[in-house]
Amino acid sequence: MNAEPATATAPKGGDKRMKMLDAAMRRQQFQPDALLEVLHAAQELYGFLAPEVLLHIGRSLKVPPSRVYGVATFYNHFSLKPKGEHTCTVCMGTACYVKGSGEILEGLKKEFGLGGNRTTTQDGKVSVVVARCIGACGIAPALVFDQEMVGGLTPKAAVARARRWTP
Amino acid sequence: MTVKTLQINGKPVSAAEDQTLLDVTRENGIQLPTLCHLDGLSDVGACRLCLVEVKGSNKLLPACTTRAVEGMEVSTDSERLRRYRRQIVELLFAERNHVCAVCVANKNCELQAVALEVGMDHVGFQYQYPLTEIDASHARFVLDHARCILCTRCVRVCDEIEGAHTWDVAARGAQARVITDMAVPWGKADSCTSCGKCINVCPTGALFEKERAATGISKNKGFLTYIKNAREKKQWSR
Amino acid sequence: MTGTESLEQIAERRLEARQALRCRVSVCSGLGCESVGGQAVLEKIRARMKEEGLAEASEVYPTCCRGLCQHGPIVEVQWKEGGQPRRHLYLDVDEEQAERIALAHAREGKPAAGLASHADDPFFTRQTRIVLANAGEIDPEDIESCIAAGAYSALQKALTEMKPADVIQEITQSGLRGRGGGGYPTGLKWSTVAKEQGARKFVVCNGDEGDPGAFMDRSVLEGDPHEVLEGMALAAYAVGADQGYVYVRAEYPLAIKRLRAAIKHAERQNLLGAHIFDTGFNFRVDVRTGAGAFVCGEETALIASIEGSRGTPRPRPPYPATSGLWGHPTLINNVETLANVPAIIRNGGQWFASIGTAKSKGTKVFALAGQIKNTGLIEVPMGITLREIIYDIGGGIPEGRRFKAAQTGGPSGGCIPAQFLDLPVDYESLQQVGTIMGSGGLIVMDESSCMVDVAKFFVQFCQEESCGKCIPCRAGTVQILSILDRITRGQGELGDLDRLAELADLLRSTSLCGLGQTAPNPVVSTIRYFREEYVAHVVEHRCPAGVCSMSAVKKPAAPAVERVTP
Repeated sequence: MNAEPATATAPKGGDKRMKMLDAAMRRQQFQPDALLEVLHAAQELYGFLAPEVLLHIGRSLKVPPSRVYGVATFYNHFSLKPKGEHTCTVCMGTACYVKGSGEILEGLKKEFGLGGNRTTTQDGKVSVVVARCIGACGIAPALVFDQEMVGGLTPKAAVARARRWTP
Repeated sequence: MTVKTLQINGKPVSAAEDQTLLDVTRENGIQLPTLCHLDGLSDVGACRLCLVEVKGSNKLLPACTTRAVEGMEVSTDSERLRRYRRQIVELLFAERNHVCAVCVANKNCELQAVALEVGMDHVGFQYQYPLTEIDASHARFVLDHARCILCTRCVRVCDEIEGAHTWDVAARGAQARVITDMAVPWGKADSCTSCGKCINVCPTGALFEKERAATGISKNKGFLTYIKNAREKKQWSR
Repeated sequence: MTGTESLEQIAERRLEARQALRCRVSVCSGLGCESVGGQAVLEKIRARMKEEGLAEASEVYPTCCRGLCQHGPIVEVQWKEGGQPRRHLYLDVDEEQAERIALAHAREGKPAAGLASHADDPFFTRQTRIVLANAGEIDPEDIESCIAAGAYSALQKALTEMKPADVIQEITQSGLRGRGGGGYPTGLKWSTVAKEQGARKFVVCNGDEGDPGAFMDRSVLEGDPHEVLEGMALAAYAVGADQGYVYVRAEYPLAIKRLRAAIKHAERQNLLGAHIFDTGFNFRVDVRTGAGAFVCGEETALIASIEGSRGTPRPRPPYPATSGLWGHPTLINNVETLANVPAIIRNGGQWFASIGTAKSKGTKVFALAGQIKNTGLIEVPMGITLREIIYDIGGGIPEGRRFKAAQTGGPSGGCIPAQFLDLPVDYESLQQVGTIMGSGGLIVMDESSCMVDVAKFFVQFCQEESCGKCIPCRAGTVQILSILDRITRGQGELGDLDRLAELADLLRSTSLCGLGQTAPNPVVSTIRYFREEYVAHVVEHRCPAGVCSMSAVKKPAAPAVERVTP
């Protein structure tokens, strides 16, 4: 079997992920109303929403491309750019904010040279993103390192933890 | 068809079954500023300029989307409403880069007209000066984001009347921008039929024809009701 | 009908089996406890019980959030001693203690030495639990344990003994009001939808809990999803709907997973789906995921989102009750509102109305966070004072610092300063002091917080979450934020407070939806009670709490030439 290298660009024909996406759309009976559910499936399969994927979804669900784009860019959860290998999510909910998550975010951004629209390092290794309350206020300030939730870190400790990804 | 009677600014008026407060005010010569409303397109109640006071409601209601109801008591011209209208237009001028002196729509612009109508003579808010772009990739048309007020008339006319749905809105809040297809340059948007309807309905100089860039634009919005009447009532009179 | 067994038979079977158990051990499986190793603790105890040969004689199960998230993992052991039921609540349990706990109860039938029980702590005893009543009793992924605790008995009662109008009557009598923040009378909403004519009707559960700092709904969805599903089914029966949607925000993957599992289990037991309890009542529930947009907590934006569009609100009227999902009459209720329904139907509207104050009945779940000793989830009767919540239940402010303000209602709410500590917490009282009940987020602040900074934080949130459809919110939040930003950088100008007041009035009165209309609340509220703090920022370019950067204020330059006094 030919192993398709995982690329960050257009999905090629025969890519298993495309078949799974089609299956997800079929489960929703290709209803245009299911656009959000389908985008969720695509985001999960590919990690982000490439233009070709969006176009394919639009054609399959019979939704105009501008509408697909408009919906994909409205919601924070969807990313049109590939994320880094590792993601550190900083919770900026009120409870975490009053316990200093703002400083943690600044520290991480400074350490990895991120800011403005850039949330991923040049080498694609680390992304630092903000979440508006993940609901773990009991362990504020809450951070998520890939899938692992960690609470009560200082800015220094948070940076040290993230640095483990780029030894 | 139940006809209703209601009061606007103390004056008794009548309204047909599905008439909005905006329809009724216009019929009775009462002026209300509007920007997102356009006869022939669906109403979205987005610009908030046509808000009116209705007795019994503690919320202001947009005249363009509110059906006339029997016994309603509406006021359209209080001090408060006038102040809000002026402030809303001021917010628009501060939001993007509206420079009338060099604009193709100068003197033919609904934003200018509304500013005059609400008595705006200066802008009390901080100008944001966002970095905006111009898309001149289309053979005949230009989009200048600096002048866009996000009224979404272009989106609605392309969707409801032409049927191509080339336009939509991407992102949200202050980052929102109108886009074509997958946010590609307009000239590369396959779905566009170059019909020019969006040009005609745009209230400002955001959308204009290259041909008219030097001489200034003249827009013909009446075509909308003309098309609607032709399609729905089989009446072809301009 | 549930397969071969009735609801009562299942409950009986499980309760009887419990009689033969040595002990029951529940480990909190809420997000807070999971993130500090709750799963490992559970597995340790289970393994140890098995090694002691008690695999069949003990029940070790995950349960819903106990609320004291500051001290997780939390383990509770229930057993009988001399015919009397005993319980021991362990806090901050690590794997080593888990071992000891398992051993002690397995071998000696006694609590582990040296580990005190916190079951009688004021944090727990001062609460009144309706929505969170099942914590410790049920395993959310084991529907039979939920049935044994009474799940779906209210639905059975309603479908077999009551008419839809009777159900609405009980809810109306209970005085239940929307727990999502609006406080709209639930019975009235239900009867409005019930009266609408329509080919189809829908029930939507709003689980888009977007207030930063609120996690009540998440905990309920994770910990007791059947309670919510039963509430939805009762609502559907009452208003005449046959399809329901639970809209959960994407940031709650555990809640989504538990919900989906719960729906499957309920369908398998024929408690959801077609001909529920062998009646003509059909009700299907599907989960819809949000995608990170606070505005989708607004009813019409939520509807747009379920319909596959951008989550922009629509003008109201028409209200969702008349024209909602795909134009059909739609009932939208918050998670906590629906979670109260089964208890009301089981115990009667009057019972519910006997708790709380004259106009605010029942209980409210709060997410206590910020500068407070016992952060976590609590459920208290309406009318309890803020002082009781913060000091008796919350344990007070850590390190002996002074209470400054409590923020309720998230970005739509305001702050309550110390002078109102004895305020009874109910809808009307909170409104009177300039805030709202909101969905339940209660952030406690001490003198290390700057109120201007807090206002700026909330406005920034609203500005980022604004959908962009209407001008006042889209452009107005930008303006308010830029003024607050200047003030916190030391560039405040005289007149800024007036400008803020003007913008506040504009947004409140002219925005299209609740986001824009309430965005100015934190600003207005903090100016009202902490004006001197604003004045210090603007006039003296000083932040009394020492939080704001004041980066634009330069130190006075040294004189270029030294003056020599003659």
